[in-house]
Amino acid sequence: MGKAVIILSDDEVALVKESSLLVGRTLAEVARHIAPGVTTGKLDAIAEEFIRDHGAVPGFKGLYGCPSTLLISVDEQVVHGLPGGRALREGNVASVDCGVLMNGFYGDSAYTFCVGEVAPAIRKLLQVTQECLALGIAAAVDNNRTGDIGFAIQHHAESNGYGVVRELVGHGVGRKLHEAPEVPNYGKRGHGVRLHSGMALAIEPMINMGTKEVKQLNDGWTVVSRDGKPSAHFEHTVVVRAGIAEVLSTFRYIEDVLVKNGVGATHASSTSK
Amino acid sequence: MSKTGTIEQDGVIKEALSNAMFRVELENGHVIVAHISGKMRMHYIRILPGDKVKVEMSPYDLSKGRITFRYKS
Repeated sequence: MGKAVIILSDDEVALVKESSLLVGRTLAEVARHIAPGVTTGKLDAIAEEFIRDHGAVPGFKGLYGCPSTLLISVDEQVVHGLPGGRALREGNVASVDCGVLMNGFYGDSAYTFCVGEVAPAIRKLLQVTQECLALGIAAAVDNNRTGDIGFAIQHHAESNGYGVVRELVGHGVGRKLHEAPEVPNYGKRGHGVRLHSGMALAIEPMINMGTKEVKQLNDGWTVVSRDGKPSAHFEHTVVVRAGIAEVLSTFRYIEDVLVKNGVGATHASSTSK
Repeated sequence: MSKTGTIEQDGVIKEALSNAMFRVELENGHVIVAHISGKMRMHYIRILPGDKVKVEMSPYDLSKGRITFRYKS
Protein backbone atom coordinates (compact mmCIF):
# COMPACT_ATOMS: atom_id res chain seq x y z
CA MET A 1 0.00 0.00 0.00
CA GLY A 2 1.85 3.09 -1.18
CA LYS A 3 4.97 1.53 -2.72
CA ALA A 4 6.21 2.85 -6.05
CA VAL A 5 6.12 0.63 -9.13
CA ILE A 6 9.43 -0.45 -10.60
CA ILE A 7 10.32 -0.09 -14.27
CA LEU A 8 12.92 -2.60 -15.41
CA SER A 9 15.60 -1.92 -17.99
CA ASP A 10 15.88 -4.27 -20.97
CA ASP A 11 18.82 -6.03 -19.31
CA GLU A 12 16.83 -6.55 -16.13
CA VAL A 13 13.85 -7.84 -18.11
CA ALA A 14 16.19 -10.36 -19.77
CA LEU A 15 17.19 -11.66 -16.33
CA VAL A 16 13.56 -11.94 -15.19
CA LYS A 17 12.92 -13.80 -18.45
CA GLU A 18 15.71 -16.27 -17.72
CA SER A 19 14.31 -16.96 -14.26
CA SER A 20 10.79 -17.31 -15.66
CA LEU A 21 11.90 -19.72 -18.39
CA LEU A 22 13.58 -21.86 -15.75
CA VAL A 23 10.28 -21.98 -13.87
CA GLY A 24 8.64 -23.20 -17.08
CA ARG A 25 11.22 -25.94 -17.47
CA THR A 26 10.91 -26.90 -13.81
CA LEU A 27 7.14 -27.24 -14.15
CA ALA A 28 7.71 -29.40 -17.22
CA GLU A 29 10.03 -31.64 -15.20
CA VAL A 30 7.33 -31.88 -12.53
CA ALA A 31 4.79 -32.69 -15.27
CA ARG A 32 6.88 -35.66 -16.35
CA HIS A 33 6.42 -37.19 -12.91
CA ILE A 34 2.77 -36.41 -12.24
CA ALA A 35 0.81 -39.65 -12.07
CA PRO A 36 -1.62 -41.32 -9.66
CA GLY A 37 0.29 -42.44 -6.58
CA VAL A 38 3.06 -39.83 -6.68
CA THR A 39 3.26 -37.75 -3.50
CA THR A 40 3.36 -33.97 -3.56
CA GLY A 41 6.51 -34.13 -1.44
CA LYS A 42 8.27 -36.16 -4.14
CA LEU A 43 7.33 -33.57 -6.80
CA ASP A 44 8.68 -30.83 -4.54
CA ALA A 45 12.01 -32.61 -4.15
CA ILE A 46 12.26 -33.13 -7.91
CA ALA A 47 11.61 -29.45 -8.53
CA GLU A 48 14.16 -28.28 -5.96
CA GLU A 49 16.84 -30.54 -7.36
CA PHE A 50 16.09 -29.38 -10.92
CA ILE A 51 16.28 -25.71 -9.98
CA ARG A 52 19.52 -26.06 -8.07
CA ASP A 53 21.07 -28.13 -10.88
CA HIS A 54 20.55 -25.11 -13.12
CA GLY A 55 22.49 -22.82 -10.82
CA ALA A 56 19.44 -21.08 -9.38
CA VAL A 57 17.66 -21.09 -6.04
CA PRO A 58 14.00 -21.89 -5.25
CA GLY A 59 12.13 -18.58 -5.08
CA PHE A 60 9.57 -19.47 -2.44
CA LYS A 61 11.54 -21.47 0.08
CA GLY A 62 12.18 -19.36 3.16
CA LEU A 63 10.02 -16.48 1.97
CA TYR A 64 7.35 -15.58 4.55
CA GLY A 65 8.33 -18.89 6.19
CA CYS A 66 7.48 -21.02 3.15
CA PRO A 67 8.89 -24.52 3.78
CA SER A 68 8.93 -25.77 0.20
CA THR A 69 9.98 -25.12 -3.38
CA LEU A 70 6.55 -25.74 -4.89
CA LEU A 71 3.06 -24.90 -3.72
CA ILE A 72 0.79 -27.74 -4.84
CA SER A 73 -2.96 -27.23 -4.46
CA VAL A 74 -5.24 -30.18 -5.16
CA ASP A 75 -8.94 -29.98 -6.09
CA GLU A 76 -10.70 -27.60 -3.65
CA GLN A 77 -7.35 -26.13 -2.56
CA VAL A 78 -6.99 -22.82 -4.35
CA VAL A 79 -3.37 -21.93 -3.76
CA HIS A 80 -0.50 -22.30 -1.29
CA GLY A 81 -0.97 -26.01 -0.65
CA LEU A 82 2.10 -27.39 1.11
CA PRO A 83 3.77 -30.47 -0.41
CA GLY A 84 3.96 -33.50 1.84
CA GLY A 85 2.79 -37.07 2.09
CA ARG A 86 -0.39 -36.57 0.09
CA ALA A 87 -0.51 -38.88 -2.94
CA LEU A 88 -2.17 -37.65 -6.11
CA ARG A 89 -5.09 -39.75 -7.27
CA GLU A 90 -6.82 -40.30 -10.61
CA GLY A 91 -9.28 -37.47 -11.18
CA ASN A 92 -7.40 -34.90 -9.11
CA VAL A 93 -6.52 -31.49 -10.48
CA ALA A 94 -3.32 -30.15 -9.00
CA SER A 95 -2.13 -26.59 -9.48
CA VAL A 96 1.62 -26.30 -9.11
CA ASP A 97 3.08 -22.86 -8.36
CA CYS A 98 6.83 -22.40 -8.64
CA GLY A 99 9.26 -19.52 -8.23
CA VAL A 100 12.93 -19.17 -9.06
CA LEU A 101 15.58 -16.67 -7.97
CA MET A 102 18.48 -16.41 -10.39
CA ASN A 103 20.96 -13.56 -10.97
CA GLY A 104 19.12 -11.47 -8.38
CA PHE A 105 15.75 -11.56 -10.18
CA TYR A 106 12.64 -13.66 -9.64
CA GLY A 107 10.45 -15.65 -12.01
CA ASP A 108 6.97 -16.87 -11.01
CA SER A 109 4.64 -19.18 -12.88
CA ALA A 110 1.97 -21.78 -12.21
CA TYR A 111 0.01 -24.46 -14.09
CA THR A 112 -2.94 -26.66 -13.15
CA PHE A 113 -2.44 -30.31 -14.12
CA CYS A 114 -4.97 -33.11 -14.59
CA VAL A 115 -4.04 -36.38 -12.91
CA GLY A 116 -5.27 -39.17 -15.18
CA GLU A 117 -8.86 -38.85 -16.36
CA VAL A 118 -10.60 -35.74 -15.06
CA ALA A 119 -14.32 -34.85 -15.23
CA PRO A 120 -15.25 -32.71 -18.27
CA ALA A 121 -16.72 -29.97 -16.05
CA ILE A 122 -13.37 -29.59 -14.34
CA ARG A 123 -11.51 -29.64 -17.63
CA LYS A 124 -13.72 -26.77 -18.74
CA LEU A 125 -12.83 -24.83 -15.57
CA LEU A 126 -9.15 -25.23 -16.40
CA GLN A 127 -9.69 -24.16 -19.99
CA VAL A 128 -11.65 -21.04 -19.01
CA THR A 129 -9.04 -20.12 -16.40
CA GLN A 130 -6.29 -20.40 -18.97
CA GLU A 131 -8.35 -18.19 -21.29
CA CYS A 132 -8.73 -15.70 -18.42
CA LEU A 133 -4.96 -15.59 -18.14
CA ALA A 134 -4.65 -14.87 -21.87
CA LEU A 135 -7.25 -12.10 -21.64
CA GLY A 136 -5.50 -10.59 -18.63
CA ILE A 137 -2.18 -10.62 -20.48
CA ALA A 138 -3.84 -8.97 -23.49
CA ALA A 139 -4.87 -6.11 -21.19
CA ALA A 140 -1.37 -5.66 -19.78
CA VAL A 141 -0.29 -2.95 -22.18
CA ASP A 142 1.17 0.53 -21.85
CA ASN A 143 -1.33 3.11 -20.53
CA ASN A 144 -3.85 0.56 -19.36
CA ARG A 145 -4.51 0.08 -15.64
CA THR A 146 -4.49 -2.90 -13.29
CA GLY A 147 -8.31 -2.62 -13.25
CA ASP A 148 -8.37 -3.42 -16.98
CA ILE A 149 -6.50 -6.66 -16.36
CA GLY A 150 -8.78 -7.53 -13.45
CA PHE A 151 -11.93 -6.70 -15.42
CA ALA A 152 -10.87 -8.90 -18.34
CA ILE A 153 -10.28 -11.87 -16.04
CA GLN A 154 -13.36 -11.33 -13.90
CA HIS A 155 -15.71 -10.79 -16.83
CA HIS A 156 -14.69 -13.99 -18.60
CA ALA A 157 -14.74 -16.13 -15.47
CA GLU A 158 -18.09 -14.84 -14.21
CA SER A 159 -19.67 -15.15 -17.68
CA ASN A 160 -18.98 -18.85 -17.33
CA GLY A 161 -20.54 -18.94 -13.88
CA TYR A 162 -17.30 -19.32 -11.93
CA GLY A 163 -16.15 -17.47 -8.81
CA VAL A 164 -13.19 -15.08 -8.82
CA VAL A 165 -11.10 -15.13 -5.65
CA ARG A 166 -10.76 -11.66 -4.14
CA GLU A 167 -8.36 -12.12 -1.24
CA LEU A 168 -5.35 -13.16 -3.33
CA VAL A 169 -3.86 -11.12 -6.11
CA GLY A 170 -1.14 -11.03 -8.75
CA HIS A 171 1.80 -8.72 -8.23
CA GLY A 172 4.81 -6.97 -9.67
CA VAL A 173 7.98 -9.04 -10.01
CA GLY A 174 11.60 -7.98 -9.87
CA ARG A 175 14.36 -8.17 -7.30
CA LYS A 176 11.69 -9.18 -4.79
CA LEU A 177 9.07 -11.82 -5.50
CA HIS A 178 6.24 -9.48 -4.53
CA GLU A 179 6.63 -5.93 -5.79
CA ALA A 180 4.10 -3.17 -6.37
CA PRO A 181 1.55 -3.02 -7.93
CA GLU A 182 -1.08 -5.53 -6.80
CA VAL A 183 -2.88 -7.08 -9.76
CA PRO A 184 -6.29 -8.32 -8.56
CA ASN A 185 -8.22 -10.75 -10.74
CA TYR A 186 -11.27 -8.51 -10.47
CA GLY A 187 -11.64 -4.84 -11.23
CA LYS A 188 -13.26 -1.96 -13.07
CA ARG A 189 -11.94 -0.78 -16.41
CA GLY A 190 -10.01 2.46 -16.11
CA HIS A 191 -9.37 2.00 -12.39
CA GLY A 192 -6.24 0.95 -10.56
CA VAL A 193 -2.55 1.58 -11.02
CA ARG A 194 -1.41 2.78 -14.44
CA LEU A 195 0.83 0.38 -16.36
CA HIS A 196 4.02 1.49 -18.10
CA SER A 197 6.40 -0.29 -20.46
CA GLY A 198 9.00 -2.18 -18.46
CA MET A 199 6.77 -3.20 -15.56
CA ALA A 200 7.10 -6.91 -14.85
CA LEU A 201 3.85 -8.42 -13.55
CA ALA A 202 2.81 -11.86 -12.37
CA ILE A 203 -0.76 -12.30 -13.59
CA GLU A 204 -2.37 -15.25 -11.84
CA PRO A 205 -6.11 -15.86 -12.16
CA MET A 206 -7.45 -18.05 -9.34
CA ILE A 207 -10.89 -19.22 -10.41
CA ASN A 208 -13.27 -21.39 -8.38
CA MET A 209 -15.91 -23.65 -9.90
CA GLY A 210 -18.47 -22.52 -7.32
CA THR A 211 -18.35 -19.69 -4.82
CA LYS A 212 -15.64 -17.06 -4.82
CA GLU A 213 -15.35 -17.33 -1.02
CA VAL A 214 -12.22 -18.96 0.35
CA LYS A 215 -10.78 -19.67 3.76
CA GLN A 216 -7.34 -20.47 5.07
CA LEU A 217 -6.55 -23.71 6.88
CA ASN A 218 -4.85 -23.94 10.28
CA ASP A 219 -1.46 -24.61 8.71
CA GLY A 220 -1.35 -20.91 7.95
CA TRP A 221 -0.80 -21.51 4.25
CA THR A 222 -3.35 -23.61 2.38
CA VAL A 223 -6.30 -21.66 0.98
CA VAL A 224 -9.42 -23.66 0.11
CA SER A 225 -12.73 -22.85 -1.52
CA ARG A 226 -15.49 -22.55 1.06
CA ASP A 227 -17.89 -24.80 -0.84
CA GLY A 228 -15.34 -27.55 -1.43
CA LYS A 229 -15.55 -27.29 -5.23
CA PRO A 230 -12.36 -27.38 -7.31
CA SER A 231 -10.28 -24.37 -8.17
CA ALA A 232 -7.86 -23.61 -11.01
CA HIS A 233 -4.76 -21.42 -11.07
CA PHE A 234 -2.54 -20.43 -13.98
CA GLU A 235 0.21 -17.82 -13.83
CA HIS A 236 2.59 -16.12 -16.22
CA THR A 237 5.25 -13.50 -15.58
CA VAL A 238 4.86 -10.82 -18.26
CA VAL A 239 6.35 -7.42 -18.96
CA VAL A 240 4.14 -4.55 -20.02
CA ARG A 241 4.92 -3.17 -23.47
CA ALA A 242 3.19 -0.78 -25.88
CA GLY A 243 0.50 -2.57 -27.87
CA ILE A 244 1.11 -6.11 -26.63
CA ALA A 245 2.73 -7.55 -23.51
CA GLU A 246 5.84 -9.69 -23.65
CA VAL A 247 5.24 -13.02 -21.94
CA LEU A 248 8.42 -14.02 -20.11
CA SER A 249 7.46 -17.41 -18.69
CA THR A 250 6.23 -20.22 -20.91
CA PHE A 251 4.00 -23.29 -20.88
CA ARG A 252 5.69 -24.62 -24.03
CA TYR A 253 7.88 -27.13 -22.18
CA ILE A 254 4.95 -28.27 -20.04
CA GLU A 255 2.74 -28.83 -23.06
CA ASP A 256 5.48 -30.76 -24.89
CA VAL A 257 5.56 -33.15 -21.94
CA LEU A 258 1.78 -33.42 -21.68
CA VAL A 259 1.40 -34.12 -25.40
CA LYS A 260 4.16 -36.72 -25.27
CA ASN A 261 2.38 -38.42 -22.36
CA GLY A 262 -0.79 -38.53 -24.42
CA VAL A 263 -2.63 -36.27 -21.98
CA GLY A 264 -2.88 -33.35 -24.36
CA ALA A 265 -2.54 -29.71 -23.40
CA THR A 266 -5.34 -28.30 -21.26
CA HIS A 267 -6.61 -26.50 -24.31
CA ALA A 268 -5.50 -25.42 -27.76
CA SER A 269 -2.05 -23.93 -27.48
CA SER A 270 -2.84 -20.74 -29.32
CA THR A 271 -2.62 -18.67 -26.15
CA SER A 272 0.45 -20.25 -24.60
CA LYS A 273 3.98 -19.28 -25.59
CA MET B 1 3.10 -17.30 -5.18
CA SER B 2 0.06 -15.04 -4.96
CA LYS B 3 0.03 -12.07 -2.64
CA THR B 4 -2.73 -11.30 -0.12
CA GLY B 5 -4.33 -8.18 -1.54
CA THR B 6 -5.59 -5.05 0.19
CA ILE B 7 -9.35 -5.11 0.07
CA GLU B 8 -11.26 -2.01 -1.04
CA GLN B 9 -14.81 -1.73 0.25
CA ASP B 10 -17.46 0.94 0.43
CA GLY B 11 -19.08 1.99 3.67
CA VAL B 12 -21.07 4.69 5.46
CA ILE B 13 -19.69 6.86 8.26
CA LYS B 14 -21.55 6.10 11.48
CA GLU B 15 -19.79 8.46 13.88
CA ALA B 16 -16.74 10.70 14.08
CA LEU B 17 -14.19 9.84 16.77
CA SER B 18 -11.24 11.98 17.81
CA ASN B 19 -7.98 12.27 15.84
CA ALA B 20 -9.64 12.03 12.41
CA MET B 21 -10.83 8.47 13.14
CA PHE B 22 -14.30 7.35 12.17
CA ARG B 23 -16.55 4.41 12.86
CA VAL B 24 -17.60 3.06 9.47
CA GLU B 25 -20.30 0.55 8.64
CA LEU B 26 -19.19 -1.46 5.62
CA GLU B 27 -21.50 -2.79 2.92
CA ASN B 28 -21.15 -6.30 4.33
CA GLY B 29 -22.43 -5.12 7.72
CA HIS B 30 -19.14 -5.09 9.61
CA VAL B 31 -18.41 -1.99 11.67
CA ILE B 32 -14.78 -0.93 11.71
CA VAL B 33 -12.67 1.97 12.87
CA ALA B 34 -10.93 3.79 10.03
CA HIS B 35 -8.69 6.82 9.79
CA ILE B 36 -8.70 9.43 7.08
CA SER B 37 -5.92 9.08 4.52
CA GLY B 38 -3.08 11.57 4.36
CA LYS B 39 -4.02 12.60 0.84
CA MET B 40 -7.48 13.61 2.01
CA ARG B 41 -6.00 15.53 4.94
CA MET B 42 -3.70 17.37 2.57
CA HIS B 43 -6.61 18.56 0.48
CA TYR B 44 -8.76 19.43 3.56
CA ILE B 45 -11.56 17.07 2.55
CA ARG B 46 -14.10 16.92 5.36
CA ILE B 47 -15.98 13.76 6.28
CA LEU B 48 -19.22 13.81 8.22
CA PRO B 49 -21.46 11.07 9.59
CA GLY B 50 -23.71 9.81 6.83
CA ASP B 51 -21.13 10.21 4.06
CA LYS B 52 -20.51 7.24 1.78
CA VAL B 53 -16.80 6.51 1.56
CA LYS B 54 -14.34 4.01 0.09
CA VAL B 55 -12.23 2.19 2.66
CA GLU B 56 -8.95 0.33 2.10
CA MET B 57 -8.31 -2.58 4.44
CA SER B 58 -5.36 -4.81 5.10
CA PRO B 59 -6.12 -8.54 5.04
CA TYR B 60 -4.05 -8.89 8.20
CA ASP B 61 -6.36 -6.78 10.40
CA LEU B 62 -9.94 -6.55 9.31
CA SER B 63 -11.01 -4.19 12.11
CA LYS B 64 -8.99 -1.18 10.93
CA GLY B 65 -9.12 0.68 7.66
CA ARG B 66 -8.06 3.75 5.76
CA ILE B 67 -10.63 6.06 4.18
CA THR B 68 -9.38 6.91 0.70
CA PHE B 69 -12.35 8.45 -1.08
CA ARG B 70 -15.55 10.29 -0.25
CA TYR B 71 -18.38 9.81 -2.72
CA LYS B 72 -20.64 12.68 -3.75
CA SER B 73 -23.95 12.53 -1.92
